[in-house]
Amino acid sequence: MDWLKIGSALFLGAMLVYLFPRMRQAVKHAPKGSNKDWLNFAMIIAVVALFVLLLISMV
Amino acid sequence: MNQYPNAVTSIPSSALATNKLIRNTYMLLSMTLLFSAAAAAVGVFMHVSQGVALISNIAAIALLWFVLPRTANSATGIPVLFGITGLFGLGLGPILNFYLSVNPSIVMTAMGGTGAIFLGLSAYALTTRKDFSFLAGFLMVGMFVVLGAALLNIFFAIPALFLAVNVAVIMIMSGFILFQTSAIINGGETNYIMATAGLFLSILNLFTALLQLLGAFSGDD
Repeated sequence: MDWLKIGSALFLGAMLVYLFPRMRQAVKHAPKGSNKDWLNFAMIIAVVALFVLLLISMV
Repeated sequence: MNQYPNAVTSIPSSALATNKLIRNTYMLLSMTLLFSAAAAAVGVFMHVSQGVALISNIAAIALLWFVLPRTANSATGIPVLFGITGLFGLGLGPILNFYLSVNPSIVMTAMGGTGAIFLGLSAYALTTRKDFSFLAGFLMVGMFVVLGAALLNIFFAIPALFLAVNVAVIMIMSGFILFQTSAIINGGETNYIMATAGLFLSILNLFTALLQLLGAFSGDD
């Protein structure tokens, strides 16, 4: 295994360590969305996904 | 005789502050994107190695985590932000070089696609003024899972996992753009330097993931 893979793994590992407490805090304190909010978000993401599929078909 | 003597001053000061924040954020974002693109061009022409790109990305993350939060409330925050975006731009050198040598149209499509997704999502959040703060937990968990999967894939190199990670990054970064734009509008973010840093990172990750996804499906690599 080359040092580039080890360096990348350490980099991602450090990001996970840094992110973990922030993730716990966000999960605990973030306001809860209603079903309507989540449906709205899902629809937006579906439009993004369709656009990405369109881009894939173009290349 | 003027019937509406207080018409101009009746605009709430919070709305003026929000408009100023939005204007400053988008102005700084456009400048940092141009600077980052220039740094990426330097990286491409100098054929920056993957090792240099990794060091450049680590330095950018270190500045983002440890220096920017301490300088964001002063004028020093702006050169720090340009430093971060320049280092991230330089870090794009190897991946851009690879896809430019394989099929340059992929890079152009990814750039256009990223721009269209960002503008569309920002316009949606700005015009509807919906509050997307409920996404915070979901996006952070998603980011954590994606980073974990990317870490595993360094060792296992599973093509399907590589594709899944890139698809997930596109979805999560789209969510972050909505979340960050809504935070600017609804008072969750009041510092334009931090707001710019957040949006820049979302755009950068969106572009990189889209580039890799288009590259994987183009059949050229």
